[in-house]
Amino acid sequence: MDAVFDILLSVNFWVAALRIATPLIFGVLGALVCERAGVLNLGIEGIFVAGAMSGWMAVYLGADLWTGVLVAALAGAVFGAIHATLTVILGLSQHVSGIGVTLLATSLAYFTYRTALPNVSTPPRIIPFQPLNVPGLSDLPFIGPVIFQQTSLTLLAIALVGVVAWVLYRTPLGLAIRAVGDNPASVEAQGLSVIGLRFGAVVAGSALMALGGAFLTMSAFDAFFFGMVNGRGWICIALVVFASWQPGKALLGALLFGAFDAFQIRLQASVGQIVPGQVFLMLPYVLSILALVLVARKADYPRALLQPWFKGQRH
Amino acid sequence: MTQAGSIVLALDGITKRFGKLVANDHIDLVLHRGEVLALLGENGAGKTTLMNILFGHYVPEEGAVRVADASGVLHTLPNGSPGAALAAGVGMVHQHFTLAENLSGLDNIVLGTEPVFRPWRSRIAARRKVEAIIKESGLGVDLDVRVDRLTVGEKQRIEILKALYRDARVLILDEPTAVLTPQEAEGLFVVLRRLAANGLAVIFISHKLGEVLAVSSRIMVLRGGRKAGELVTAEADRRAIADLMVGRAVAMPERSRAVAGAPVLEFDRVSVKRGSLRQSLHEVSFALRAGEIAGLAGVSGNGQAAIAALISGLDLPDSGEIRLDGASLTATSPARMVKAGVARMPEDRQHDGVVGTMSVAENIAIEELRDPAFQRFGFIDRNAMRKRAEAAIAGYDIRCPGPDAEARLLSGGNVQKLILARVLERTPRLILANQPTRGLDVGAQAEVHRRIIAARDRGAAVLVISEDLDELFTLADRFLVAYAGEVTDAGPSEALDRSTIGLLMAGQAAEPTAQVPA
Amino acid sequence: MRLVVEPRANAPLSLKLLVSIVAGLAALLLVAIPVLLAGRSPLDAYGLMVKGAFGSMFSLSETLTRATPLILTGLAAAVAFRARLWNIGAEGQLYIGALAAVLVGSGLFQLPPLLMIQVVMIAGFIAGGLMMVVPAFLKQRFGADEVVITLLLNFVVILFIQMLIEGPIKDPLALGWPQSVPLVDAADYPKLIARMRIHFGLVVGIAAALILWVVVRRTVLGFEIRAVGGNRAAAKFAGLPVNATLLKVALISGGLAGLAGVGEVAGVKGYLSADLSPGFGYSGIVVAMLAGLSPIGTVFAAIFVAAVFVGADSMSRATGISNYLADLVVALSLLCVLVGGFFVRFRVRLDRAAAQGA
Repeated sequence: MDAVFDILLSVNFWVAALRIATPLIFGVLGALVCERAGVLNLGIEGIFVAGAMSGWMAVYLGADLWTGVLVAALAGAVFGAIHATLTVILGLSQHVSGIGVTLLATSLAYFTYRTALPNVSTPPRIIPFQPLNVPGLSDLPFIGPVIFQQTSLTLLAIALVGVVAWVLYRTPLGLAIRAVGDNPASVEAQGLSVIGLRFGAVVAGSALMALGGAFLTMSAFDAFFFGMVNGRGWICIALVVFASWQPGKALLGALLFGAFDAFQIRLQASVGQIVPGQVFLMLPYVLSILALVLVARKADYPRALLQPWFKGQRH
Repeated sequence: MTQAGSIVLALDGITKRFGKLVANDHIDLVLHRGEVLALLGENGAGKTTLMNILFGHYVPEEGAVRVADASGVLHTLPNGSPGAALAAGVGMVHQHFTLAENLSGLDNIVLGTEPVFRPWRSRIAARRKVEAIIKESGLGVDLDVRVDRLTVGEKQRIEILKALYRDARVLILDEPTAVLTPQEAEGLFVVLRRLAANGLAVIFISHKLGEVLAVSSRIMVLRGGRKAGELVTAEADRRAIADLMVGRAVAMPERSRAVAGAPVLEFDRVSVKRGSLRQSLHEVSFALRAGEIAGLAGVSGNGQAAIAALISGLDLPDSGEIRLDGASLTATSPARMVKAGVARMPEDRQHDGVVGTMSVAENIAIEELRDPAFQRFGFIDRNAMRKRAEAAIAGYDIRCPGPDAEARLLSGGNVQKLILARVLERTPRLILANQPTRGLDVGAQAEVHRRIIAARDRGAAVLVISEDLDELFTLADRFLVAYAGEVTDAGPSEALDRSTIGLLMAGQAAEPTAQVPA
Repeated sequence: MRLVVEPRANAPLSLKLLVSIVAGLAALLLVAIPVLLAGRSPLDAYGLMVKGAFGSMFSLSETLTRATPLILTGLAAAVAFRARLWNIGAEGQLYIGALAAVLVGSGLFQLPPLLMIQVVMIAGFIAGGLMMVVPAFLKQRFGADEVVITLLLNFVVILFIQMLIEGPIKDPLALGWPQSVPLVDAADYPKLIARMRIHFGLVVGIAAALILWVVVRRTVLGFEIRAVGGNRAAAKFAGLPVNATLLKVALISGGLAGLAGVGEVAGVKGYLSADLSPGFGYSGIVVAMLAGLSPIGTVFAAIFVAAVFVGADSMSRATGISNYLADLVVALSLLCVLVGGFFVRFRVRLDRAAAQGA
């Protein structure tokens, strides 16, 4: 029991929790934006990989970190555009298209990396984002290290939660997105373009997702490994339901998850002799499944989720 | 400024084809300021298609739409753009509401009226304008409640406010009274007359002659996609209009006096508590007797769906008892109901009635899959299935490429005939007909009615649930009325009239009615 | 002049076949772009791939060996998708089937080969089947989406397998490599051709395809599967046992994937290791889509995908082009066949007759 308290009260724990949560924040925000508009984007896992690889590669080839972030977002946007073309414009199965995009983005990323760096035995490294040390703020007790010694990308993620919330609830664009995910006919009847809104939402959401991947290779770690995304994308899809498609809850959900993950890592350190490591590694996935099962019944799914829209349908 | 009576809208030679079907055939229409034009015609005549073209949902093959601007000059509207129609002052209240149910009424009204990329919303100014419109028009409604919690009548008001908020000079209403009680419809007409007096031009689609005569100043009749005639309402003759609408003589079914037998299905103080009040039932009691057609009247959302679900085998009551032939129903399932001789026609044919990707033959046999006639040791006898289908196609006049054609190719009327063929062949003892002729043309309607009456004459108990009072008066021997989850037995139909039923539909009794014990 | 899109009244088999073939070819063509960007000749690459997949008896055997698990995971996806049950967990079900095979077949008891193989197959089928029944049940009971759950379970299963391989079922004779104890000889699948890797699993796969074909087209269960997949609400209203059907589909689908795992252990490696499957479960989805969810088509689609992988491996060894090219081709095939499906459902034509406006 003491061990538990020790862990929970340590600053390091919370720093780690927020760091682990960051890619999830990006991913859940991205998935949230897509699904609010009515489109399920199962390309998220592949987009994470593509974002991770392209951002890292840009920096490896000489660009500065923020350019790398931009490159990653662009890569996400491109794959988002592919998914949107198939599902929004052509009205094809969102499940199959998403899986296809994941396979495409992943294989393209791996192929590109292997082709660019054919003979490496250990993955080459870049200089990643460094912990901000904001004079004054970083010295505040507890909050100081936990928040202000994170890297810029973590602060970006938190800021984006506010931005997405603002756009969704306080702008006409957000109103239209919330409407199109409930009843596309309502949006069309008011003279807006269903296709335009959904396409834009998917592209924007995918760019956000890619940032989650970029965080892995440009902040949390400093190199690209095959298999490094390891299901984080899928976890985000589960967390979106858990977050009820609301940005604030998304932040909370990601944080909770990050805390849990940070906790099990530390627990493994103390109990690792008795319990095999894999049990701890399994926990995040099991937790996501449980979270999903718990909230699924009451979940307020966007009513038009998964339903394609064809202009000029017989009314 | 536009003068009273000047032209605000002109449709020139509108033609629209869906594949081989000509839905609109060179239709011309002219609308004047302050006028209420009724667009009348049977289901399938092309009224909704024409208005959808006007509003920009469809693109016509030929023809143009011209709308007057504020100074009265007519400009051609670009095709296929609801945005252009809205900007030109055309507003539309669709038959199936185009509302985002997760947003408030105010949000729905304001949706699309502000520049999409503006980083803030002007809710206060919008609210002020909407409240002014509410005061002037009389369309009172709560603007801040989530739309999915509003009644159907309230949702319709939001739809009308949407159009008025955007300064509509032309307002189209598509079958607005389908979802209202007769009294609510009257209230709507009062509002429309007031708006027209203030200069609004209104097009009002309907297939109900009575209402059209009550509210319009001019009538245009469509039949089979063409304009069949135009008249001034004041000079109009009911007979003449009906002839224009229907064209050929359609034999209306005759209903002889019913001889009610033993109760087949009884609801005894049945209560169901589901999420919303509108899906619940409260101590409902009635009996359906062999050889009698009971008509359940009521605006949709007053418990009919719950009753239909219970009879279809999709749900069980929370309290009270349902008795089938005197035996209490403790466990239920659609299969059980089918086996017990209950024929069910779903309200939403496309959603619950057919599997579009399977063939006509498979859809006809779908409730009898485990019957020894169609399978042996788990293997399907496709010949038997096809033979049954061929007999059904001939007997019920189902228009389709053949028994192996995919069911999604069938028109609404033929889907309904398929469902009838599916359920009536087994001489059911109880028939649930839920909105049986929704969307069907007069000919198909008459056929369906004939079949239902014939089944009654063979001794079946029938429950017809319908929003169409005319249909109920055609079919029902006895009336039940649903309101707010309660059902009132109004007695034999001979003793009833529309206004009495209308009052019951609105929750008010004309005079104390004696409850007929179940 | 306007682009008109109309639903097609009927989709002839020839059209669907054409779409699948064009999709595969389109994917191969598209992949020329990354090859060019990598500074190599696409024609050389294609030539080497074809040779690598079909150029010799050995290559052919390798391709068919590679196709064997893909037929089964393809069938798993096909039957599930037909019922609109999104089983993305074939990878995990494959591993669980393999695990069951090892647990039952590594010495627990001894039976003659005829029986031993059957026992191992049944164990694998049931294990895989149950693994899919759980998410299907969670969907029915709690409304939890099976897509994400089956996906996440894949990760859980692989970790679980790793745990067991490093622990209770570790092979003490494997010089420290993490692999399970091997199957007893009686449980091994016989080879179909001497000195080649092609094995009995291929027979299992083809037999499963034929059985599934008959079931879907001719049996009551097949009717129910098609009805539930076509319109779940209507199937329920008509009285079909929707939930029971979905659970049966889950059992069959997971079971088929489990059999794929059994085949890899009993026919190829002889033991279970964490790298038993390089993504057969996910590739199975592509196979199923390329086959238009047809059981017979799945066999051919599996051979195509296997040929791509085997060919790419060979080409990669010869040219140094990364064999992730194969994954690229497979991913593109999926997207191409999806787009092709659009042209099967809809007819697109140019309408010259339309005259707009006055």
